[in-house]
Amino acid sequence: MDIDLILRVYPYFLEAAVVTIELSVLTILLGLICGALGAAARLSRFKTLRFLGAAYVSLFRGTPALIQIFLLYFGGPQIGIQLDAFEAGVIALGVNIGAYMTETMRGAIIAIDHGQTEAARTLGLSRAQAFRKVVLPQALRLMIRPLGVNINAQIKGTALVAAISVVELTYTAQRYIGSTYKPFEMFLLAGVLYLIIITVTGKVISFLDRRVRLP
Amino acid sequence: MTEKHPFVDIRHAQKAYGDLEVLKDINLTVERGEIVAIIGPSGSGKSTLLRAINDLDPLSSGEVILDGTQVNKTLPHRQYEKHINQMRQHIGMVFQHFNLFPHLTVRENVTMAPKLLKGISAAEADKLAEEQLAHVGLLERIDYYPSQLSGGQKQRVAIARALAMKPKLMLFDEATSALDPELVEEVNLVMKKLAEEHMTMIIVTHEMDFAASVCDRVIFMDGGVVVEEGPPSVVFKNPTQDRTKEFLRKHLSQYAESAN
Ligand SMILES: Nc1ncnc2c1ncn2[C@@H]1O[C@H](COP(=O)(O)OP(=O)(O)OP(=O)(O)O)[C@@H](O)[C@H]1O
Ligand SMILES: [Mg+2]
Repeated sequence: MDIDLILRVYPYFLEAAVVTIELSVLTILLGLICGALGAAARLSRFKTLRFLGAAYVSLFRGTPALIQIFLLYFGGPQIGIQLDAFEAGVIALGVNIGAYMTETMRGAIIAIDHGQTEAARTLGLSRAQAFRKVVLPQALRLMIRPLGVNINAQIKGTALVAAISVVELTYTAQRYIGSTYKPFEMFLLAGVLYLIIITVTGKVISFLDRRVRLP
Repeated sequence: MTEKHPFVDIRHAQKAYGDLEVLKDINLTVERGEIVAIIGPSGSGKSTLLRAINDLDPLSSGEVILDGTQVNKTLPHRQYEKHINQMRQHIGMVFQHFNLFPHLTVRENVTMAPKLLKGISAAEADKLAEEQLAHVGLLERIDYYPSQLSGGQKQRVAIARALAMKPKLMLFDEATSALDPELVEEVNLVMKKLAEEHMTMIIVTHEMDFAASVCDRVIFMDGGVVVEEGPPSVVFKNPTQDRTKEFLRKHLSQYAESAN
């Protein structure tokens, strides 16, 4: 193994890792927003909203994320949507993970015993108050771990935007292989950096989960 | 104040789930301060009737009137929501499975609704929680979480939570059925205390001894109708209907023995 080479190129990989982290953070934030809206739609009183929520989930979970990225980045200009690769990657991946997060959030909400809502409504709370004060605080606790699974998948999923030349970890590894012909070292280095990002994120999620756990 | 109308007035209550008629033209009145037990076999419609009183399970037709105001009004969605939330503040309800809020402490369970709906201050809320918890004998558990309580304690907190809204009427749906036998008495004692304080109560129960010793009136339901009603001394000792006799034969063994 060429340690010298690794020592020489690793600063560039660190820069690329920052891009991967940016991509992760932005897509996860967008995913959380889409997930919250999707879950709200799926659980709405209104049939149309429920239908739209369900359609969102099946469309985005039913097609490869890579196709969604290509569709937006390469197909977008044809219908007047001009985005640079980073923007297209963030939007496509964020909306994609949002579909998974929709199901995670909805699952946590419907897992709360209906008796909780009944007890709150019986005291005179409105639907919205019962949701905000009773259901949501319990559901949020319940969704931290499964959202952590979505987040883990998403961090790894950012590698897909290498296909539209966003200079993140995977793309960087490929580029250096072109000039060094050392795929083992380059992919190993990228892999280790992914592992660090994912391990730290996992620890943060476990910490949050323990923080809010009830006695 | 003189009252012409009954305190709780249930008129022609009818409820169907699809083809299954669960309540069939039930008429029932309860006076202020009265304690009424509803007994009857499983599936006879006791819970459905009780839950119709605060419109948790709306009736198919009929009226529920509390202290002169109709509870189950037909109104446009928004207005109905406003109305029913107002009405429910006057009707406390205690469930078989407690339904305490597990993410809140005992104190917060008791004060959440009054803080939210009556806008009381933090200091007033603390005083209210202490008052209500002392009342059910659980002041020392005020900062515990529900998961740290026994079943009997949970149910007493649930009662305190309902009472913190200062309801005019309390509904109990088999409040002791989910409890281990040795924990039943502590909850019964709290309910007896409420009875002594003249709280108006409608109690669905399968504890005949409790009904006999605490309630002013017993309602026997079967198949969605009120088959027989009267003071416990009459209904339990001299039931007139065959269905009542049969039910009591099964559920009143000790009572029947002592009556012989
Ligand atoms: N949501 C529902 N959908 C359909 N049928 C229902 C529903 N809720 C209750 N029922 C039916 O209505 C009837 C009355 O039920 P209810 O719960 O009022 O009986 P109950 O007298 O309280 O019985 P138990 O002593 O077992 O609690 C039963 O036959 C029950 O199966
Ligand atoms: Mg019942």
